[in-house]
Amino acid sequence: MLKQTEGSRAVAEAVALCRPEVICAYPISPQTHIVEALGESVKDGTLTSCEFINVESEFAAMSVAIGASAAGARSYTATASQGLLFMAEAVYNASGLGLPIVMTLANRAIGAPINIWNDHSDAMSMRDSGWLQLFAETNQEAVDLHIQAFRLGEELSMPVMVCMDGFILTHAYERVDMPSQAQVDAYLPPYVPRQVLDPAAPVSIGAMVGPETFMEVRYLAHAKQMQALERIPQLAAEFKQIFGRDSGGLTHTYQAEGAETMVVAMGSVLGTIKDVVDEMRADGHAIGVLGITSYRPFPLTAVRAALKSAKRVVILEKSLAVGIGGILSTDVRMALSGLHLHGYTVIAGLGGRSITKKSLHGLFRQAEQDALEHTTFLDLDWNIVNKQLERERQTRHSGPVAENLLRDQGVVAAKIG
Amino acid sequence: MSHQPVKFYQTGTFTVGNRLLAPEQRSVQASAKRYNSLNSGHRACQGCGEALGARYAIDAAMEATHGQLVAANATGCLEVFSTPYPETSWQVPWIHSLFGNTAAVATGIAAALRVKGKAVRVVAQGGDGGTTDIGFGCLSGMFERNDDVLYICYDNQGYMNTGVQRSSATPPAARTATTMAVGVEPGNVFGQGKFVPAIAMAHEIPYVATATVADLRDLEAKVARAMELHGARYIHILVPCPLGWGSASDQTIQMARLAKETGLFPVFEAEGGEIKSALKIRKPLPVEDYLRPQKRYAHLFAPTLRADVIERLQGIADRNIRKYGLLEENP
Repeated sequence: MLKQTEGSRAVAEAVALCRPEVICAYPISPQTHIVEALGESVKDGTLTSCEFINVESEFAAMSVAIGASAAGARSYTATASQGLLFMAEAVYNASGLGLPIVMTLANRAIGAPINIWNDHSDAMSMRDSGWLQLFAETNQEAVDLHIQAFRLGEELSMPVMVCMDGFILTHAYERVDMPSQAQVDAYLPPYVPRQVLDPAAPVSIGAMVGPETFMEVRYLAHAKQMQALERIPQLAAEFKQIFGRDSGGLTHTYQAEGAETMVVAMGSVLGTIKDVVDEMRADGHAIGVLGITSYRPFPLTAVRAALKSAKRVVILEKSLAVGIGGILSTDVRMALSGLHLHGYTVIAGLGGRSITKKSLHGLFRQAEQDALEHTTFLDLDWNIVNKQLERERQTRHSGPVAENLLRDQGVVAAKIG
Repeated sequence: MSHQPVKFYQTGTFTVGNRLLAPEQRSVQASAKRYNSLNSGHRACQGCGEALGARYAIDAAMEATHGQLVAANATGCLEVFSTPYPETSWQVPWIHSLFGNTAAVATGIAAALRVKGKAVRVVAQGGDGGTTDIGFGCLSGMFERNDDVLYICYDNQGYMNTGVQRSSATPPAARTATTMAVGVEPGNVFGQGKFVPAIAMAHEIPYVATATVADLRDLEAKVARAMELHGARYIHILVPCPLGWGSASDQTIQMARLAKETGLFPVFEAEGGEIKSALKIRKPLPVEDYLRPQKRYAHLFAPTLRADVIERLQGIADRNIRKYGLLEENP
């Protein structure tokens, strides 16, 4: 059914259609609307056979989900940014134990400086945690990926993180085709755990494993993700049969035919990129797009296949590995090893910085002329950066960086400092 | 109170053999049909108080629930010595997740069981580090939500699994690897630490009790009482650690009894945030009797006798006796 709705509300409805049994909630922007909507459904009786638990921290949220999942319940939570970091130990634990929890990550920057706006730093911080990580481009895809996530995670007994851009998607009202309960039921069977805490057949979960077997346990986690590389496209195909639309999968290409320049990105920024590519194509530029939906597992083969015919690749990512540059870029470059392509890393949109069509037009034209630096920071204000660097050269007591920058920009009243 | 000590007047002791008791008064441990929830073959040290406490407590919980029990366990000695892969000593469905999240994991298990309509009960267990320090946030959260979990803390007064470091349950003057027996004030400092049973009571949860491994029937009765109730419940069991305390491994029960009989460890139970009863002390023993056999207090006795420190510890015991009304009125 077509609806004009907020991304968070749509995701909450989709999660509710998946018949979750335990939902744990701890508030952090910008995911809060999702758990609020779910909590309301449980309290007003729309969502039955479900426990909604207000916990005291994200660490507890993931821990409650671990206990619930180990006791055989379909478990869900949502978080963002600092919340994901605060639960980090439990995030690794959930995947290590093989518990198919589904979690929405409303992507948000990580402080300091504290910043509530969107980028992908939070998801990147957990890229090696063993969770599958799927990135939604639109609210429709966010809805669909949650339904697929429960199916995928439970099949593999591995947790899945559905990443959707904070505010840009979570708080955006747009058209969403909401699935029916019958469709979701047809796609998603009841959860049958591989391991369950049951007095009728006692097991010990979470034993200490020493050097003799630890490697094997870790390898099996990797093997699961390799299986996921095969299952994700199959599950997307099955999804299309029931729901009638393309959603999910490993990667998506756009205007890739004959493209000499390929732009690689994840999440909602793909929408802006596609608009720019349309305009450039209309002007005769041979440019196309590769959107990556499955970041973990990372589809090396699909990425290579999509990019190998291009002359250059621009990887535009909302994350920064301080001290080296790109994060997504590193993985894309691995997929391209041995190919003679120009590769450009573009760090963009950190902390919610707008990625405008105008900037992208300039960027992509520079790329086409191979005039880009190896690593570019899109729309970086060099005046402010250089001023601070100069300040640090001049005085030892240069003060807090963020406040200095805000004062240089004239955002903070002059009386400070 | 849930447990009436039986006096065996002929010998003047307070303990009495099972054969002299009515069947309903006999301990769970005395039964050949006990569950052996923590089975033999685990790798605890000789004389481990925690192994003893866990077997007593979980067997009693199993008895009370007719085996319909799930246990969550914090990282620590109990977890490590009971489940070295590929072995496990647990005869109950058991999960270990992390050091600091056991109460929350138990909350999740309880929620799952409730939603599935299963009449299975949940216990969470951890050492004092996993309870009073790193797991304290999750513990307090579980308490305030009044989740249907019995949390059992096996308190051996330090991080024994990592090599005997100080926790917030380490008593003053005790030597640990991080409160060294050197300097002007050797051992752990006075005026720090927390007594989590009192904090649990402040949450006004249905049931809070303390116990020691020295009094089996009292411990079992408290677990049984806890399992009669629903909501958040907390039992804090003193479990001497021969390794960390430097006490003889055949003196574990004796150390626990001395902790109670000196007043250093008050044994009581509380319902709804109010103390209902306390195990009485007939004739308080001087704290020195408890301190002297433990190497962690050796610096109080040699090279010079630190009467001043012992007096301060005696003051703590005396205060407990007053505060919790531990003295038997008509001995």
